[in-house]
Amino acid sequence: MTLTLTPLWEVFIRPRNGLNHKHVGSLHAADSELAMQAARDVYTRREEGNSIWVVASSEIVASDPDKAGENFEPAADKVYRHPSFYDIPDDVGHM
Amino acid sequence: MASNSELIDVLVTLGDDHLILGHRLSQWCGHAPMLEEDLSMPNMALDLIGQARNLYSYAADLEGRGRTEDDFAYLRSDREYRNCLMVERPNGDFAHTMLRQLYFAAFMKPFWERVAAGSDDRLASYAAKAVKEVSYHVRHAGEWVVRLGDGTEHSAARMREAVDALHPYTDELFTVTQPMRKAIEKGIIPDPKDIKDDWMVTINLVFNQAFLAVPEVAFPQQGGREGLHTESLGHLLSELQYMQRAYPGLSW
Repeated sequence: MTLTLTPLWEVFIRPRNGLNHKHVGSLHAADSELAMQAARDVYTRREEGNSIWVVASSEIVASDPDKAGENFEPAADKVYRHPSFYDIPDDVGHM
Repeated sequence: MASNSELIDVLVTLGDDHLILGHRLSQWCGHAPMLEEDLSMPNMALDLIGQARNLYSYAADLEGRGRTEDDFAYLRSDREYRNCLMVERPNGDFAHTMLRQLYFAAFMKPFWERVAAGSDDRLASYAAKAVKEVSYHVRHAGEWVVRLGDGTEHSAARMREAVDALHPYTDELFTVTQPMRKAIEKGIIPDPKDIKDDWMVTINLVFNQAFLAVPEVAFPQQGGREGLHTESLGHLLSELQYMQRAYPGLSW
């Protein structure tokens, strides 16, 4: 099958209500309807979820691996951004 | 007992349709045109075989002679099978297989919907589950028929060939055997003539989008309901039944 006729789609599944859709993999399909059906057939056979998103892979904008340094490394020495430098009073309970 | 024997006959007939079509679909496993369909067709096959198991088990219980679903599936000869001829036809190409699935599912969906509201509780519970499965089969097969019919020149030509080859077998879906007549009178199953409109609506909807025409059929093909099958069924059963025939009573 000519792959240009069946482009790549990314599949996201939500395992349960209240949880986020999570990327589970990709597949080839001619259009969004067939991509949705293929996602159902390929990725939910074992009750993995109750909601599916499919997104054309070509529509995803990805960060440039060559810019990983300027994108992510500046955060490395800013540990104070983690909210872990104070004690939570017992009265607050589970957060 | 007399009333039971009629229901048993109906259950086995329905079971045969589902087992044979399920087996046909399973033959695509590992051979589909793309990985996605290689999962999709066995998925549908498992739905159908699961339905066949329910139907045979119910028949075996009603019969009360100690037979099981396996006896019905593995130890009857081709002449004892009552499936309609369409489901035993060779898979042909992907267009044939999807069209056959559409024809069958478009019939079974309104059929099961009515059985689910019918007078037999156990069969109605199986039907309620089957409705969800077969609804997806209509959608999946229908979408493919549209895409192949409205695809390339080549795919459209093969889709039209499939229609010419398979349409003559659709009439048999609507035939009523004597035991079916009794089950219809008791409100257990619907009269197929009452679901013909639903079936035509589904087929027309898909065919219009697929630029396909419903052909005039001069010679409808039938005989399966009386056990008169095409040459294909014997070959199918020899594969399906091989293990139990070669090693009687073998279990996992």
